[in-house]
Amino acid sequence: MAVKITQLAEIVGEVFDDETVELTEATTAKDVEGWDSLSHIRFIVTVEQRFKIKFTSREVENLRNLGDLLKAINAKLPS
Amino acid sequence: MVSLVELAWLRRAPEDFRDRCRALAERVKTSDAAYDVALFDLSNHALDINQLGRIGKVAEARRLQPHDTLFGRFRLGLLGSGTLTLIASAIPGSGLRHLTLIDVVEGEYGHSLEQALDPQSRLRSASLDSVLLAFDYRDLHLDVAAANAHEAKAKVEKAYAYLQAIGESLRPGVSGPLLLQTVAPPVEPHYGGLDAAEAGSPYAMVQALNAKIVRWTAESDSVLVDVARLASVVGLNDWHDPRHWHSAKLPMAPQFVPLYADLIARTVAALRGRMRKCLVLDLDNTLWGGVIGDDGLEGIVLGQGSAEGEAYLSVQRAALEYRSRGVVLAVSSKNDEAVAQKPFREHPDMLLKEDHITVFQANWQDKASNIRLIAERLNIGIDSLVFLDDNSFERELVRRELPLVAVPELPDDPALYARTLAWAGYFDAVAISEEDRKRADFYQANAARSATLTASTDLQGYLRSLEMVCAIRPFDAVGRARITQLINKSNQFNLTTRRYTESEVAAMESAPDKFTMQVRLADKFGDNGMISVIVFDKAGEVWTNDVWLMSCRVLGRRVEEAALAHICAAARAQGARKLVGVYLPTAKNRMVADLYGRLGFAKIESRPDGGTLWELDVDAYHTPDFPMTIDAGAAG
Repeated sequence: MAVKITQLAEIVGEVFDDETVELTEATTAKDVEGWDSLSHIRFIVTVEQRFKIKFTSREVENLRNLGDLLKAINAKLPS
Repeated sequence: MVSLVELAWLRRAPEDFRDRCRALAERVKTSDAAYDVALFDLSNHALDINQLGRIGKVAEARRLQPHDTLFGRFRLGLLGSGTLTLIASAIPGSGLRHLTLIDVVEGEYGHSLEQALDPQSRLRSASLDSVLLAFDYRDLHLDVAAANAHEAKAKVEKAYAYLQAIGESLRPGVSGPLLLQTVAPPVEPHYGGLDAAEAGSPYAMVQALNAKIVRWTAESDSVLVDVARLASVVGLNDWHDPRHWHSAKLPMAPQFVPLYADLIARTVAALRGRMRKCLVLDLDNTLWGGVIGDDGLEGIVLGQGSAEGEAYLSVQRAALEYRSRGVVLAVSSKNDEAVAQKPFREHPDMLLKEDHITVFQANWQDKASNIRLIAERLNIGIDSLVFLDDNSFERELVRRELPLVAVPELPDDPALYARTLAWAGYFDAVAISEEDRKRADFYQANAARSATLTASTDLQGYLRSLEMVCAIRPFDAVGRARITQLINKSNQFNLTTRRYTESEVAAMESAPDKFTMQVRLADKFGDNGMISVIVFDKAGEVWTNDVWLMSCRVLGRRVEEAALAHICAAARAQGARKLVGVYLPTAKNRMVADLYGRLGFAKIESRPDGGTLWELDVDAYHTPDFPMTIDAGAAG
C-alpha cells in the first residue's frame, strides 16, 4: 500500500504550527510556516518512526519537496 | 522490558493532545490555579519531541504571566557541543511535568569558552539560576585515539581543563550550582575488546574524563547529570546516531530527547526541592501476589521459591530502600484493616513491617479520599505523593480526582515494578543529606506523638510531657544544605516565601546586616532535626523580617514563640528597638496570615495584594513561659 500525501499532511500538522497550508507533491519547506532546519529534523524523524524506516544521509540530502519524500518512503516500503 | 525511551511510567499522550494544547494556549492570559493543574496534567504524559515543543510554547506563554500558583520558576543556561536547540525546545514542556517553568537560555553554537569568558555574552548577562554543561566526546577531541598512556592522560587533562575553565567562568554569574553532565562514551571500539585496558582508546579517555567530572561534583556544589549512565542504560548504539551528528551535529538521536529532557527537568526541580516525599502503596497484587481477603495468609504469593514471589519481594525491597533515603511510606488498600495488617504481622517473608508504614489506610472508601487523608496526616502537599498500584482503574481514579499525585503506569509483570518506579525518578535528590536518611523516622515519631495527644486533653501538660529541647544557632556551614532545602521547599508556614540559593545562604553566614537563626527541636520521641529558619535584616534600631519559615511537623509546639523570644533578646542586646514583620501572601501560606498578630505584633500596613506589615516594640516585649528547654548555644 503506497503512502499518500494525506498521510504526510497529518504528520506535517503534528510537527509544524501551520495547519492551514494546502499540501501537494510540489510543497517545499518554505511553503510551510515554521519549517526550518530543526523542525525539518523532527519532521524526518517523525516520518521514519511512523513508517518504521530509516533514510540514508544521502536520501535526506536529496529531498527537494514532499513528492521526493513520498517517493523515498514508498521505495523503502514493501509493495 | 520497560521502554525507558518511551517514558514507560507515564500515560500515553491523549488523542486530543493538540486540541487541549490549543485550548490552554488561548486561555493563558486568564490562567488560575485550575489552569495550572490542567497544564501540568497534560504535560504529565509520554510526549514525543513534537508534542513537547508544542506544550513548551504554552509553558513559555504561561511563564510570561506574572502570577504563581503551582509552578516554580527557573532560568537555565545551556552550553555545550553541537546543536542544542532540539534539547532546548523540549525542556520547558518537560519542566511542567516537574512543576517548574524553566526558561532555557541557549548558548550560541560553537565557541563555548569564549561565551563563558565574555561578560557581555548572552549566557553571562541573563541572571541564570544555573547552567547545564552538555559536551560531546567529539567536541572535546576524544574521538581520536592517543598514541600512548602519557598522551592519553594529557588529552583527558586538556578536555577537563577546558570544561573547568568554562564552569569556573560561569559560576560567579549564576545563583545556583552548575549542572555538570558526564560524557556518553563512543560506540565504535578502537582496540576491540581491549578498549577499557588501553588508556589511549577514545572509550578509556572518556571514562577517565567522566571520573574527573564526578569528582568535580563531589568536591564542589555542582550537581551531576549522569548522561553517560542514561545513555548506556538505553543503549549507546542507538543513542549515538552518526547520521544526525554528521547532518546537524545532534549530540543524541532525536528519539532520546524526551527522556533526556525529563532528566534535566527533574534535576532542576530537585534543585528547587520539588521532589516527591511519600510513597503510597497498594497491597494486593502490588506488594504480594493475590488478594489477602480471598486467598488468606497461606494463599498470597510472596518470597523466595517462586519467580513471582521474588518479584513482589523486589518491590518491597525497593520501598524499604526509598524509606532509608528519607521517603515516607504509606498504605492505601481496599481491605478490612485487620485483614490487611495480617501479612505485615504474620507472614514470614514480608520485608515491610508495620513499623515502616507511617500511615496505614485500609478500608472500603475510595482511594482518592484515603490519599487525601494521608497527605493531611503527614502535613504534606498532594504534590509530594507517589501512588503505586497495579490496578489501572484505581490509578485513573486517583489521577482524575488528584491530578497532582504522581501515579506511575506499571507493566503487567511485577518483576518490572521496581525498575519502572526507579526510572521515573520521583524521589531523585541533588544530594542526600543525613537529615534525609532520618526523615522517615521523624514522621514515625510524629505518629506516636499524635497518639499521645489523642489520649491527653491538657495541651500544655502534653507539651511539657514531650520534654522538648529547642536548639537555636546562627547560620553555619554545617546547617547550610538543610537551611537551603527548607528555604526552597517550605510553602505553608512561610511568611515571605523568599527563595535563596545555597551560595546566598552561605553569604548570610557572615553578613553584618543579617540576623540569622536555624532552629532544631528534639523531644522524648526523637530528634526532629532542623525545623525552622529565620532571617532578619538589621538596619540600626529597626530589624525587618526577611525569612521566617517552619516545618509543619512541629505546628502547635510553640516553637514560633520561642523563636520570637530569642529574636527579641538578640535585638535588645544589639540596641534595636523595633521588629518589623512582613507577610507576603501566596496560594499556600494562608495559615500564617495572622501569625504576627498572634505573636503580639501590631498591624501597620495592609497592601492591596493581601500583603501586610507588622511592628513589635522590643522594649515592651515580655518573654512568656515555654514548655521546653531553650538551648541558645554560646553565640546568640
